[in-house]
Amino acid sequence: MVRTILVTVLAVAVVSTAFWGYQEHQEKNSILIKAENNYQRAFHDLTYHLDQLHDEIGSTLAMNSRDQLSPSLAEVWRITSMAQNDLGQLPLALMPFSKTEEYLYKIGQFSYRNAIRDLDNEPLSEEEYQTLEQLYEQSGEIQKEMRQVQSMVLNENLRWMDVELALASEEEPLDNAIVNGFKIVDEKVEGFSEVEWGSELPQLQQNDEALKERLNGEQISEEEAKEIALNFVQLENVEVEIEETGEGLAYESFSIKINDPEHEVDIYMDISQKGGHPIWLLQDRQVGDAAISLNEASERAKELLERNDINDMQLVDSKQYNSVGVFNFAYLKDNVRVYPDSIIIDVSLEDGEIIGYEASAYLTNHRDRDVEEPSISLEEAKESLNPALEVMEHHVAMIKNDLGEEVLAYEFFGVINNDTYRIFINAANGEEEKVEKLDHAEPVYRST
Amino acid sequence: MIKTVGKVPLIILLCFFAFSTVINTSTVEAFSEQIIQKGATGDDVVELQSRLQYIGFYDGTIDGVYGWGTYWAVKKYQDEFGLEVDGLVGPKMKAMLEKSTDFDYEWVHRQFYEGRKFTHYGKTPKEIQSGPEGSRIPPLEQKRRQQKAQEKAQPTPTPPAPGEAPPAPGEAPPAPGEAPPAPGEAPPAPGEAPPAPGEAPPAPGEAPPAPGEAAPAPGEAAPAPGEAPPAPGEAAPAPGEAAPAPGETPEEPVEEVPEEPVPEEEVVPEADPEDGPDVEEAMNVPEGFSDNDIQIMAQAVYGEARGEPYIGQVAVAAVIINRINSPTFPNTASGVIFEPRAFTAVADGQIYMDPDETARRAVIDAINGQDPSGNAMYYFNPDTATSGWIWTRPQIKKIGKHIFCK
Repeated sequence: MVRTILVTVLAVAVVSTAFWGYQEHQEKNSILIKAENNYQRAFHDLTYHLDQLHDEIGSTLAMNSRDQLSPSLAEVWRITSMAQNDLGQLPLALMPFSKTEEYLYKIGQFSYRNAIRDLDNEPLSEEEYQTLEQLYEQSGEIQKEMRQVQSMVLNENLRWMDVELALASEEEPLDNAIVNGFKIVDEKVEGFSEVEWGSELPQLQQNDEALKERLNGEQISEEEAKEIALNFVQLENVEVEIEETGEGLAYESFSIKINDPEHEVDIYMDISQKGGHPIWLLQDRQVGDAAISLNEASERAKELLERNDINDMQLVDSKQYNSVGVFNFAYLKDNVRVYPDSIIIDVSLEDGEIIGYEASAYLTNHRDRDVEEPSISLEEAKESLNPALEVMEHHVAMIKNDLGEEVLAYEFFGVINNDTYRIFINAANGEEEKVEKLDHAEPVYRST
Repeated sequence: MIKTVGKVPLIILLCFFAFSTVINTSTVEAFSEQIIQKGATGDDVVELQSRLQYIGFYDGTIDGVYGWGTYWAVKKYQDEFGLEVDGLVGPKMKAMLEKSTDFDYEWVHRQFYEGRKFTHYGKTPKEIQSGPEGSRIPPLEQKRRQQKAQEKAQPTPTPPAPGEAPPAPGEAPPAPGEAPPAPGEAPPAPGEAPPAPGEAPPAPGEAPPAPGEAAPAPGEAAPAPGEAPPAPGEAAPAPGEAAPAPGETPEEPVEEVPEEPVPEEEVVPEADPEDGPDVEEAMNVPEGFSDNDIQIMAQAVYGEARGEPYIGQVAVAAVIINRINSPTFPNTASGVIFEPRAFTAVADGQIYMDPDETARRAVIDAINGQDPSGNAMYYFNPDTATSGWIWTRPQIKKIGKHIFCK
């Protein structure tokens, strides 16, 4: 009797387990298929957009009328950004496909610049035309390769999930049909001889490389760096650890860790080896309730700058995040705000001490400049503004425009319908360089 | 109805005097010592905004953040009254504001607490400036909270519809749902929201001044130079008489009466006590990023680096920012974070954990330009790295357990 019961119970258990397992399996499969479908869609979209890209560049070349050229170039730009978007959805993150992505970005930049420029007054030059021809040819090659990968995927039923697995299994060298196909494409792009992108396209220079070029002064030793660091944080007789940064960073610097006995947390900072400039500083401190005002804290930030002989800095923005004040300073030369030369300082509102400092923008851009006089008057600049804008404040400022060049501009703060805007009008020709909508504070939606 | 209404005002009037004395004593709450500067947040800013709104200089939302709208209002005020126009609210301006305006600390903060939309124009009865309870909370959030509240308070059948906030007992004169503006509406501009004479019981004796006239319409009073804005001393009514314009009297019960007789438990399902107060304020957010972007990045940082020292967390956040700015990665925070295989925390779901305050601070630091990683594009944990390729990248430095590289 007992045995029969036991047997039945066990049998039921086995059957239900099997059923449950089967269901789990089904569910897992359906989820896998959904993930696979997403990858497949992104992949096929990508090949489609690369097809389109080739065709669209082709039709730009064939075009005679200038009126059509701009929209067509804009179309090229749009397609490149779609293709980039597709790439972002494929599991390629750790696979070297970056040359192709960079290439797409450059095509996009090139077509965008030329699409927005006034081609009636400034038609495409001979070189630019050649660049377009080159692009047409190269995009054709990419297209051909991608088509091959695509047909392989379709014919052999290749799965992106397998790519994921191959990438995750970290076997070197990777052997997966799709991965190999992509590698071939990337190598091809790498082999394209350097395209003449035209002078206005800024090279893809990393910030650290730009900083390396600008740093000046004597090489300093570790001991000197230590001294500079302690001077900067105004501490004495504390433990200091010092390390050199690796080869990946273009400029050489010392990474310094200072023990702050009073707050029992370390201060971290980087000091350039050349010239011994503090580049950034951070201290992770639990900041309690605010005891001093934002205004008082800004004075502390100014003192820090003065103490380190960074002069003529003007406070251009301040914000309070809980108990931390964040201050943005810009260099002021002959009453012109030089925005690229900016320094950001964080001050604890509990005790007014500096807990953050970031000067890489300042170090990269700052130099003795000759600021020329604006060639149009304030009144003339105002005429270029939207008449609906109520101007509240204006300055003369130096900014970096879309092309990465420094331009002198009138800076206007104004209000349209309760929204505040910042508008830069080029002080040489009255063109709008930049229009920014300044955000309202965000209401807090979170509930605890 | 009319009969009951006839009696009630008397009682209310009495109530009101009792109240006003109480309120008056609590009104002395004034600015702290600090000089208020643009970008500041907190109670002083709430008071500043309320006082500026009282005399029609500020018509934005009172949210406790000294943002652009407040900045222009302060400058206008300084310009108007011959102070130095610098946007800094110093002792002199504060004294002038205190003299010329009325600020009801408790009333304002109750509005916050109850999540009402409200304004604080002088000479306009406060009640018509106060939206229904919960009207400050966006509809989606409201719904979520209601569900939460319902789950919590199963037995109470009353659906906590925000419009019917104070469940008025039978005799309370105006049904509260009528007088205050419907939840959907913008905070009542004084000109728009006068109680229609038919609905609001007429005040005994005098007709309530049409609020449209009495209240300084925000647009007009302040800037128009011809119109002689209220000079601090004169036009501005003394605290005692200002707020309790006659129109207020009959309305007062909307606020007060229900609260007294209504038993506690009626209120409880309404305002989920846990999240009542925190809908109140706004906060600063770095330009170009929404609070939700910051949240998503904080989740990624928390999922990836919660065991790391703070500086390591900032570095991880900086890598996300560097990728957003790089041409070879997607251009949005979400695009970078959810790129397949980019972050392990995304792959294994750790990104859906609630980030702590430290991760959030790290993200804000990184957005503000801090980059301890030195422009890194990648990082990996040498103990668990899953790819040989990553070792070929030029390394920058090691922070905590992570090696950052290009």
